[in-house]
Amino acid sequence: MRKTLWRLVAVSFAVTLIAAACGGDDDGAAEAPAEEPGTAAAEPAEAPTETVTIEYWLWDGNQQPYYEQCAADFEAANPTIDVEIVQFGWGDYWTNVTAGFASASGPDVFTDHLARYPEFVASGVLVPLNDFVARDGVDTGAYFPGLAELWVDDNGNRYGLPKDFDTIALVMNSDVIAEAGVTAEDFAAAQWNPDDGGTFQQLIMQLSIDANGNRGDSGDFDSGNVEIYGLGLEGNFGAFGQTTFSAFAGSTGFSFLDVNPFGDSANYDDPRLAATIDWFARMIDEGYAVPIEDVESLGGTTVFQNGSAAVMADGSWKIGTYLGADTPFPVEFAPVPVGPSGSRASMFNGLADSINQNSEHQEEAWQWVKYMASAACQDIIGESAVVFPAIPSSADLAVASHEVNGVDVSAFTVHVDEGTTFLFPITDSASQIEALVGPAMQEILRGQADAADRLAQVADEVDAILGS
Amino acid sequence: MTAAVEAPPARRPQSWLKPVSLHGGWRSAIWFLLPALIGFVAFYLYPALRGVYISFTDWNLIANRGDWVGTDNYERLLDDRQVWESLKITFRYTIINIVSQTILAVAIAVLMDRLTKSVLIRGILLFPWLIPNVIVALLWVWMLDGNLGVVNEFLGWFGMEPVRFFTDTDKVIPTLAGINTWRHMGYTALLIFAGLQTIPKSLYEAAALDGASEGQMFKDVTIPLLRPILALVLVITVVGSLQVFDTVFVATGGFGGQPGGPANASRVIYLYIYQYAFDFNQLGYAATVSVLLVVILLAITFLQLKLLRAGESDLA
Repeated sequence: MRKTLWRLVAVSFAVTLIAAACGGDDDGAAEAPAEEPGTAAAEPAEAPTETVTIEYWLWDGNQQPYYEQCAADFEAANPTIDVEIVQFGWGDYWTNVTAGFASASGPDVFTDHLARYPEFVASGVLVPLNDFVARDGVDTGAYFPGLAELWVDDNGNRYGLPKDFDTIALVMNSDVIAEAGVTAEDFAAAQWNPDDGGTFQQLIMQLSIDANGNRGDSGDFDSGNVEIYGLGLEGNFGAFGQTTFSAFAGSTGFSFLDVNPFGDSANYDDPRLAATIDWFARMIDEGYAVPIEDVESLGGTTVFQNGSAAVMADGSWKIGTYLGADTPFPVEFAPVPVGPSGSRASMFNGLADSINQNSEHQEEAWQWVKYMASAACQDIIGESAVVFPAIPSSADLAVASHEVNGVDVSAFTVHVDEGTTFLFPITDSASQIEALVGPAMQEILRGQADAADRLAQVADEVDAILGS
Repeated sequence: MTAAVEAPPARRPQSWLKPVSLHGGWRSAIWFLLPALIGFVAFYLYPALRGVYISFTDWNLIANRGDWVGTDNYERLLDDRQVWESLKITFRYTIINIVSQTILAVAIAVLMDRLTKSVLIRGILLFPWLIPNVIVALLWVWMLDGNLGVVNEFLGWFGMEPVRFFTDTDKVIPTLAGINTWRHMGYTALLIFAGLQTIPKSLYEAAALDGASEGQMFKDVTIPLLRPILALVLVITVVGSLQVFDTVFVATGGFGGQPGGPANASRVIYLYIYQYAFDFNQLGYAATVSVLLVVILLAITFLQLKLLRAGESDLA
């Protein structure tokens, strides 16, 4: 009987502790001394001063181990700050971030995206970093040109410090291209235009094989019975087609917005965009590109890894995926083709870390943001080669680290070297634009709608949103 | 849930209108009612009323505040073609789902009743219902995939072209309806099976003596006497079907797809509400569409109960 009573007390004590721990960061509430053996819900807090826990969220599981390393180094230098890293997959990530804001909680610091942050700024949930940056003399010129300024809104407020950048290149199935007698150099020298696809389309046709073994450039190619598609598609085109049409549309001279960032009119009715999307629709129809239906469900990466597509455009953050065990054949990278504008083009996107206005420890959160944006942490990320860090010297480490493994990633970095990048379109209504343009692209690529008509219609709807 | 149904007054003394005499037992009764009452007020009544309030504001989810905009959202709703498009898709889904699910469930229930008494088989029929919706959706996404799915592999053996179940605009809704039929038919069959137990066996014996075949017995004995239970089952399943969300969200979102796709072909009304609330942060308008959905659900439920005379039984 006594024992039961004792257990009851212990259990209720544990429940109280857990409740206190869940109840948010009421200073010290979770730090209640836990003398009860077996109820180690609270950490032993015998540090000279109170330890502050900073919760940091990111979505890329590949990067987590290296940021854990950064956090360990950071904690060693700042014994009173404890960094807790939480990872969610891309889809759940934004739901959780939004829910965090709505409930006035969420992470102290989180990895932010250019497509999302303007909406957060409009809702007033991010901490402007201007004062911190000025006070600590952080050099925002230390990053690749343009990266830091992406995070400054039209009122001059800065909402993030850059951590990495990404560009687009072609990934090629080495076995398949070798069999066709095509090399990475052929692709590097290829020209593309939306009318006849240029030499790039010739290569894609050469790589396409039907069930009878006929290649796409032979007269006998059966477009209804394709074994290997020359051109893979990474997935849904969406509104911005970062890994699909953006490099092609960009090489025609097309740009998404009248002014980037924060334009108030989009260029979805630009005939160069319609011609580009139309080219993709024709490639699908003629059996040279993977049908859009086949990449919308499990994604184009799976189709490529399955060996059903020879060449595909994708982002630099996926390099590790293609070199890893899930890709059962060797791959090579080549730059996206030169377009009618006379040069290549790649969307230039960069992530940054932002601080949540709800954070009760904004000073400590800033210290962590500053550390992640410093060479000390970016060198760790660079050496891991998981992404390209935002600081040029750290990015060099990533390139070198790939070189050691015999992988040439210059197809991605060539855009930065030659200045052929264009910025990710930044608007405060990205999700609404996505919801309008995405379905339109799906209709066009299925041959259910005419590119020029449908995009002109969408352009009006998008401008109505941007103008409001 | 006793609906006001026209009925012979002799058989319905309207006892539900009279206060039940508890002989002063109110004091203890209130303690038993209180937990449920608190739960109802905190988790149903208050959120529902607040939802209606939010539908009159321009509530921003992230900022978690909004201003009163009067009937602006409701006027916008009347002009919003997309809402009606979503409702059409939802109804299409519901009709396919309910028809296939109910027919299969009745068939299974009758077989369980007339053929086997095995508890094991009844248990197995419930299996799909025990799997979480998200897992069901992911499972079928892999099985039905156009390139890698095992189902298309089978179809290929018979010389058939691969079917793009989830990415063909015409097939996505029937596919989703089929998946949920698979998941729910066992459970629905169990409910109907319980209803079958209320039909006296003597009626079947009498019918057999009169020379009725198994088919005639089903048509003239089982179905009429099953009506009240069937009405209840239909109300539950139709309401559930109109509220479909998770299967669509997971299956069409796939791995980087656009939920509700392709080309909005599977954007059911709940997904539309979700989009406004959580993607566009326009909680006010999302709440307005939700109010519309509640009104529609209430009307459908009322109509069903009325038409199916759910409150009465033909068993004398």
